[in-house]
Amino acid sequence: MGTNLFYLTLIVLLPITALILKTTDAGLARFWEVITSPRALASFEVTIGAALLATAFSSVYGLLMAWILTRYRFPGRALLDALMDIPFALPTAVAGIALTALFAGNGWFGQYLEPAGFKVAYTLTGVAVAMAFTSVPFVVRTVQPVIEELRLEVEESAATLGAWQWQTFRRIIYPAIFPAHLAGCTMAFARSLGEFGAVIFIAGNLPFETEISALLIFIRLEEYDYPAAAAIAVVLLAVAFFTLLTTNAIQSWRLKRVVKD
Amino acid sequence: MAAPIRSSLNGTAITLIVIGVVLTLLFIAAPVIVIFDQAFAKGFAIYRDNILHKETLHAIWLTLLTALVVLPINTLFGLAAAWTITKFEFPGKRLLLTAIDIPFSISPIVAGVSYLLLYGALGLVGPWLIEHDLRIMFSVPAIFLVTMFVTSPFVARELITLMQAQGREREEVAATLGASGWQMFYRVTLPNIKWALLYGVILCNARVMGEFGAVSVVSGNLRGQTLTLPLQVQLLYHDYNATGAFAAASVLTLLAIVTMVLKSILERRTEHRRRS
Repeated sequence: MGTNLFYLTLIVLLPITALILKTTDAGLARFWEVITSPRALASFEVTIGAALLATAFSSVYGLLMAWILTRYRFPGRALLDALMDIPFALPTAVAGIALTALFAGNGWFGQYLEPAGFKVAYTLTGVAVAMAFTSVPFVVRTVQPVIEELRLEVEESAATLGAWQWQTFRRIIYPAIFPAHLAGCTMAFARSLGEFGAVIFIAGNLPFETEISALLIFIRLEEYDYPAAAAIAVVLLAVAFFTLLTTNAIQSWRLKRVVKD
Repeated sequence: MAAPIRSSLNGTAITLIVIGVVLTLLFIAAPVIVIFDQAFAKGFAIYRDNILHKETLHAIWLTLLTALVVLPINTLFGLAAAWTITKFEFPGKRLLLTAIDIPFSISPIVAGVSYLLLYGALGLVGPWLIEHDLRIMFSVPAIFLVTMFVTSPFVARELITLMQAQGREREEVAATLGASGWQMFYRVTLPNIKWALLYGVILCNARVMGEFGAVSVVSGNLRGQTLTLPLQVQLLYHDYNATGAFAAASVLTLLAIVTMVLKSILERRTEHRRRS
């Protein structure tokens, strides 16, 4: 117990305390000035907007993958399942340069997308693509075990009652998956908000257009403007804590539902 | 527990599978393939030279060294934390659980900034460190510390999930039979958790070797000195040496593929699904 707390305090809690203390050192007025500056506000907008886009994509694609991986047996399923771990296992910087190579104007995808008027690299869409790549496993791996445990009888009775496939899914299956799906999407969103490595290569990093908050922190550090970096970091920290609490709340709500059932 | 449902492969099923496979090939597999395509774009000889370049070799060495330092520490922490949380009752347990999870939800950049504001020249204990001629920031120890922060929950999380499910009856029996704490751990607990432990260590290792954001804040980016492999990838990329960057990246990609394979083998062995 003591050793655990000591290690956690030294490695995790102490640095976070330093961040908060140093931010308050500079004063509330300065903090407010930094985080409401046009460039910071634009970076929040870019980060949240791209994270929402990424989560929207991951929620659909992740649910689809969780569904087909658990419900069907087909050749190559094991490989497909293993591939879902690539985004977690691949270092983010590597993912970043790989996605940039694919979506750049002369890349495998970019050469077809750009003439069609769909520019991905160095745009907000590119930021969202990078975020979606790094966060989609959260959705797949949270939903998968829940689909695995769905009971057969519910669906069988629905089928004998003549419900259509789609209706069975919408009325019976999805409500059972929903809490896990929501939890997975929240985690994916949180990860997207903080993502740095994968994003900075594909983003182009134009202030006010494709500059994410994590990068703005980095730029302020390089300018030795530590108070400004700290202020923006505190905002990201607060958002992270908020999502952590939300996820915990969703998880305990899930548990309560399971117990009631 | 009822057996999991396996639906038959009707038209809808096949359509869904095809969409899923195509999306995965384009979105997950293509990035992996493009790395090797780019790394070998100028032929094998150039690839070999890129990998054997002095700075890249140093980056590989520093990455391995970081894993050698961080992995054992975070494995011990994970074991100790999981043991305390699942085998004992004490006030503030939920708080400890939440504290363990914190690094998972924090942006790596925020982790880096926090360390800078603690040990940096303008940081909380930085001035004291300077007085005593100790340098942590922008050096290798900073890379170790910040990597410990980012990867501390991996082993702990994996073990807590499993050990909570296993309960503590076996340990209680061992205790009644007069086993000491260490005997209890070594003979009773460890054999039951060894696969989950290995699983957590493998995932932790992938993140240790691949961490980018947090390390890039504290490393100081000194060529051939404080660059880990992911930082070296970035440096080469921004030097307009794309082939070199992708060659270095291919080493990390191999690591990711090995991680993926080991993870599926262990999952099959333990029938254990990762609760991310």
